[in-house]
Amino acid sequence: MGHESYEDAKKKVFKGMLLLAVVTLIEVIFSLFGKGHIIAGMEDITWVAYVVGLIIIILSIYKAYFIVYEFMHMKHEVKGLAMSVLLPTLLLVWAIIAFFQEGNRWGESRELVKEKNAIESDQYFIDSDADDVKEIKEEDVQGNHSDDNH
Amino acid sequence: MAHDHDTLIEEEVAMQDDSWSGGKPPMKASYGKLMMWYFLLSDAFTFAGFLIAYGALRFSSPTWPIPDSVFSTAPFGIHEYFPGGHAPLIFVTFMSFLLIISSVTMVRAVQEGHRENQGGVSFWMLLTILGGLGFLGCQAWEWSNLIAVEHMTVTKNPFGTHTIAGQYLHPDGTLSDDTFDGGDGYLMHLAGAGHHGHGEEDHSHGSYDGEYSLTVDMKDGKMDEYVDFPGYRINKEGYILKKFKAIEGENEGQVMSEQMGPKAFGALFFFITGFHGFHVFSGVVFLLIIMVNVMSGLYAERKNGYEMVEKIGLYWHFVDLVWVFVFLVFYLL
Repeated sequence: MGHESYEDAKKKVFKGMLLLAVVTLIEVIFSLFGKGHIIAGMEDITWVAYVVGLIIIILSIYKAYFIVYEFMHMKHEVKGLAMSVLLPTLLLVWAIIAFFQEGNRWGESRELVKEKNAIESDQYFIDSDADDVKEIKEEDVQGNHSDDNH
Repeated sequence: MAHDHDTLIEEEVAMQDDSWSGGKPPMKASYGKLMMWYFLLSDAFTFAGFLIAYGALRFSSPTWPIPDSVFSTAPFGIHEYFPGGHAPLIFVTFMSFLLIISSVTMVRAVQEGHRENQGGVSFWMLLTILGGLGFLGCQAWEWSNLIAVEHMTVTKNPFGTHTIAGQYLHPDGTLSDDTFDGGDGYLMHLAGAGHHGHGEEDHSHGSYDGEYSLTVDMKDGKMDEYVDFPGYRINKEGYILKKFKAIEGENEGQVMSEQMGPKAFGALFFFITGFHGFHVFSGVVFLLIIMVNVMSGLYAERKNGYEMVEKIGLYWHFVDLVWVFVFLVFYLL
C-alpha cells in the first residue's frame, strides 16, 4: 500500500466490500426484474431481456475488474505483469463468439439431424437382416479355413 | 548452523561472478507470486471453457430451465415466507455475500501481514476460513436439496420449460383452471414421492390402474415408455408428466404432456459448481495450513511481509472472481 496510511487502507477495504455487495444486489434486482418477478409481464418483452442481460454482464465485468485491481493489487504490479496476465484472456472473446455461434447452429439443425438419423436407422434395419449376417460370417470362416490349409 | 554457513557462501559466490543470483526478480514480483498469477490465468481458461460449453449447449437447446424458478428454495423453509412460496435467487445471493465477505477478510489478513502483525494475520485468516466453510455448507445444502428433494441428477433433469400456453388437466382427465404461458418453468415430481429413492418401481404398484404404452418417436426413432393415466403419464424413470391442453400454436386444442428438461443442465450444473466448490475446499485446506504456519511464527522469521499469505490471498480472491461468473451464467442470466 505504501503511499497511503494504514487507517485509510483499512477504510478502503470495507468500502470495497460495500461496493461489491451493492453491485451484486443491483444485479439480482435487475435479473428478477427481467424475469418478471418485480413487475409482472416483463419476461415477455424480448428487448427488456437483452438490455437487462447486457447490464448484468457489464456489472459482473466491473466486479471482476475491481477484485483483480483492488483486492489482488494488480494496480500495484508493473505493467508487464498485468498485461501478460490480462491480455491472454482476450482470446476468450473469440472462443465465446465461435462457440455460441456453433451452439446456435446445433439448435437450428436439430430437426435436420433427427430426420437424417431416422432415415439412417431405417436403412440399418433393412441391411442388418439376421440371415444375411449369418451367411457372410460363415463364408468368412470357411475362407479363413481354406487359407490355412493351403 | 552448517546450513546458514552454506547459504552465506552461496550468496557470496553469486555476488562474485556476475551471474543472476535470483535476487532481482523479473517484473518486480517474486517467483512464487508470478507463478501464482500464471497458474490463476490457466485456471481461468479452464473455467472459461466450462462456462462457454454451458453457453453453447444452452444456445443449442430449444428450451432451458429458468434459473429463478430452479433456484428458488432456501433452508429452514425460509422460501415459504416469500410471495407464492418461492424465494428466487435469494439463497445464492446470500452465498455470494459470504464469498465477498471472506474475500474482504483475506485482504485484511494480507494488510496485517505487511505490518508484520502475527496476531492480526491469524485472526483475519480464521474469519476467511469460516467464510469459506460457510459457503461450502450452503453449497452442500443446495446440492442435497436438488438431489434428494427435487430429484435432479447428472443425467436426469426434472426442470422443464413450457414453449406454448396451455391448461392443465385434473388427474381424472377433466380440464382444470390451472393455466400457464409459454416460457413458464415447471418441476416434475417422482411418482409416490413419499418413497424416497424408489421412484422407478412406483409405476408397477397395484394401486395404480394406468395403461402401459410404448411410444416410438417417428422423427428420431427413439422409444419412450410410459404408463398412461387420464390426467398424466409416468415415464420409465418414474417422473410424473402432467397432461395439458394446448391453447396456442400448431397443436392448439390437443392434449399434450410435459417433457423432461434438457439433460445437459444437470450435468453442467453439478460439474461446474462442483469444480468451483472443489476450489473453495482446497482453498480452505491451504488457508488452514498457512494459518497454522503463521501462528507458529514461521513467516515472521522470513521478514518478507508474510508473502505466503499474499499468495494464498491471490488464490482466494480468484475463487471469488470465478464465482462472479458462475453466479452470472448459472443464476442471473
